[in-house]
This record gives sequence, structure tokens and C-alpha cells, in this order.
Amino acid sequence: MDLASVYRAEYGRCVATLVRLLGDINIAEEAVQDAFATALEKWDALPPNPGAWIVTTARNGAIDRLRRESTREARHAQALLLNQQDQPQEVGPVKDDQLRLIFTCCHPALAPDARTALTLRLLGGLEVPEIARAYLVPEATIAQRIVRAKRKIRDAGIPYRVPAAEELPDRLTPVLTVLYLVFNEGYTATTGPLIRTDLCAEAIRLARELAALMPDEPEVFGLLALLLLTEARRPARLGPTGELVLLPDQDRSLWNRTLIAEGHELVRRCLRRARPGPYQIQAAINAVHTDGAATDWSQVLALYDQLLPLMPTPIVALNRAVAVAEVHGPAMALAVLEDLDLPGYHLLPATRADLLVRLGREAQAAAEYDQAIALAGNQTERAFLEARRATLDPDPR
Amino acid sequence: MKQYMLAVHNVEGDPTPSAEEMQTVYAEVNKVNRELQAAGAWVFGGGLLPSDSATVVRVDSGKTTMTDGPFAETKEQLGGLWVLRCADLDEALTWAEKCAEACRGPVEVRPFEDEPES
Repeated sequence: MDLASVYRAEYGRCVATLVRLLGDINIAEEAVQDAFATALEKWDALPPNPGAWIVTTARNGAIDRLRRESTREARHAQALLLNQQDQPQEVGPVKDDQLRLIFTCCHPALAPDARTALTLRLLGGLEVPEIARAYLVPEATIAQRIVRAKRKIRDAGIPYRVPAAEELPDRLTPVLTVLYLVFNEGYTATTGPLIRTDLCAEAIRLARELAALMPDEPEVFGLLALLLLTEARRPARLGPTGELVLLPDQDRSLWNRTLIAEGHELVRRCLRRARPGPYQIQAAINAVHTDGAATDWSQVLALYDQLLPLMPTPIVALNRAVAVAEVHGPAMALAVLEDLDLPGYHLLPATRADLLVRLGREAQAAAEYDQAIALAGNQTERAFLEARRATLDPDPR
Repeated sequence: MKQYMLAVHNVEGDPTPSAEEMQTVYAEVNKVNRELQAAGAWVFGGGLLPSDSATVVRVDSGKTTMTDGPFAETKEQLGGLWVLRCADLDEALTWAEKCAEACRGPVEVRPFEDEPES
């Protein structure tokens, strides 16, 4: 029995439901953690529905504990629980507790950095060190962001509900950002194994929920398409011995055709609406990557040229440089990378190293690979970079 | 229900609105006030005279001193405030939007500590 994988899969769902039942995030988290501790003691084999077991145990445990405690939060939570016993289930546009919690975590009254940290912690079940590495900031900073955000939700009375239709457009952007970051953390985990399929699946599931909730927002479909087209290539991303395989070398027959078809259809739908946005353009880039036998790099570069003014981040500039290298050659791409500032991000030196190799400047490439290896958090990427480093002429003149 | 303060801040050096503009602001603020009252969210509200009319009173080991002028010599001074009773922050923020529009300046929304339970 693998309690760790149950924890990863069920933590966010259980916390979301317990927040609804108890009305307090801290009490909900503690209750869920206690329930998992109980599971560790009591489970000899997995129960048929581990999530339901955890929710029930957490709820009962919370009731017992709240009876003994007399803080304001405890009394409030107790009153809320009693109230629910004789009330019909709440009906709304979305019954998904996770979706409510994500709108709470991504409330515009919270600092942008805190939104993602809180969502990854509460809905993704990620630990503080994992989030810190995803953000490239110290653990203490993340811990403090989460504590402050939870305190503000409680003190300022940030509600736990899906916003009304007229508020949705404003509330949406931060939610899309967060889902994208959750998917990314799953797709290229910052530590340990490369891919955490649970996070990818969770981000896609939440994106689908959002798309069903907001059929008039093309950016939601853009995000969903982007996630699907990226996820579709996952089966080809690792080779037989678990090594990283880059896009041009991937076995395209391994790609998930169903997801690709769905993603392409969504991109076409977005194009028909003609209201482009950053996610739709990124989805279109991935549609080009997954169309035909090889990538049409000039189309990719044209799309990046459209994306960069909308999303002027160093990461987009780095990805654009990769397309520049394919269309205009590695020297031009290297020049583009010159003024990029991405401290702590391993893919900048890794990209630079690849370009230097193509220009035959192996000694400089080796130094860049060393830097990238030192910064890479997950072992698969590190192994990939080390293998590349090893192919260089050890004593270039 | 929670209580929120909606504070309007004046920035020293900002252009003073004309008498005509002020009349429009008063009219719009009154309109929002009536809406607040009709919705049952109103607790209190009012505009303040400029901070040079303020006096600070300090009591230090039994000795009282009074000083002319505001507590803090900052560029931003409280210009007026509302106290509202709302179900949650979203409700308070919706009112704050109307208040900011009516008084033509940013509005800070801050929750009060919960009332002590009896």
C-alpha cells in the first residue's frame, strides 16, 4: 500500500471539502493531516474509497476536537457543522469544492505570489520546500506568504465561493495563472522524478471544470488546449531508461492522438473567436509542434513574436530564442539571450550551452552545462545535462 | 456579518478640486450613502476637514500633552471614511468600488476586529 501516493492524490480534494464543512482553512488542514496520521496507523490495505475515508475521519476528528476547544474559530466551525446537518446540499453553478477553494486562493485581494503558493499548498498538497524550489525563493519566504495569506482570508473575510457571473472575468486571470503553474510543476517537477502526473491531471481536471463553467472565455479554452497539447507529448518525453528526450528526437507515434485532436479543435475554436490572449497563443505554438511530421519553426517564431509583447517575461524570451536558433541560427539566438536575467533558472545556461555546442565553442558550453547541472532540481534533467556535458571534447583547444 | 472601514486618503499636493467638482462629488457620495442605507450595510460615514485642523493628545505617565496637527507628518492623510456591515470581503469590495468612483480617489478596505462576544 502506498500511502504517499494516496496523500498526493487526495490531500487537495479533502482539504477543499473540509474547508467548506468547517469554514476555516487551518482547522481543515489540521483535520486532514490528523486523518492521514490515523490512516497510517489503521490501514492494512487501502479502503475502497480512500478520499471518502479521509474526509469522514477528518470530519469526525474535527468534531471531537472542536468540542474540546473554545477558540472563536473552533466555535464558529462547530456552529457551521451543526447547521449543515439539517440543511439541503448547496446548489450552485459549480458543486466542486476545489473550484471554490481555488477562487478563494486566487482572490485579487491576496498578493499574486501568495495565490500560487497557497493553491499549490492547499489544492496540490505540495510541501513548502517543493513550492520554494518552483518559485526559486527561500523556504522561509514561501512559508511566510502562506501564513499571511491564510490569515488575510480569515481576518478580511474572503469568501469561499465561486464568484458570480459578472465578477468572473476579473477573477479568472489569477486562476488561469495558478492552474498553469500547477501543471508546470507536475510536468517538470522541481525535485525528484521529472513528472508528477497527479499534478498535471489535477490542473487539467480543474481547467476542464473552468471551461465548462465559463464557455464565453476563450483564454480558458486556450489554457485547456495548452495543457492538453503539452500532456499529449508526455509519453514520448522519457526514453526506455527514463532519460529525457527532446522534442525533435521524440517518437511521435507515442503521442496521445486523442488529446492532440481535442487540443487542435480547441485552438481552432479560439481562432474563430478572434480574441487572442497569452494562453491561446501558447496553445497555438503547441498546436504547431504537434502538427505534421516536424515542427514548422517559422510559424512558431511568428507566434512567439505575437506572444512576447503580451507576456514580456524572461521565460517567454528564452523560449523565443530557441525558435530564433531554428530559424536564424544559433549565433543570433545567443545574442538574444545576452541580456536575459533569470537567476537560478537552469534552462538559461542549458539553452546557452546547446547553442555554444552548435557553434563549436565547446569549452564555453562545458562551463554553461556545469552551471545548469548545479541549478537543475530534478534528477532526470540533471542526468540529461550531464550526458550532454559528457559528449563534449574533454580537452578542447 | 463583519464590519469594514473604507478609508479615503488625500494626497498632499494633489490638485484641489474646484467648488463645482466638489458639488458633484458630494452629490455622488450622497447617492452611494443612500444605497448603503437602503441595503442595510451602512454603519457610519463622513468626510473629514483637512489634517491641519487636527490635534493629537498624548498621556504619558499621567502627564497630558497636546500638539497641533496630525499624528503623522505624511503626504497622505485620512480624508474621510465609511464603516460598513457586510457579509464578506467581496461585498465590501463592491461597495468600495462605488465609493472610490464617487469620491474620485483610492479607498482602503480594512476589516475591524470581530466584536467581542457577550
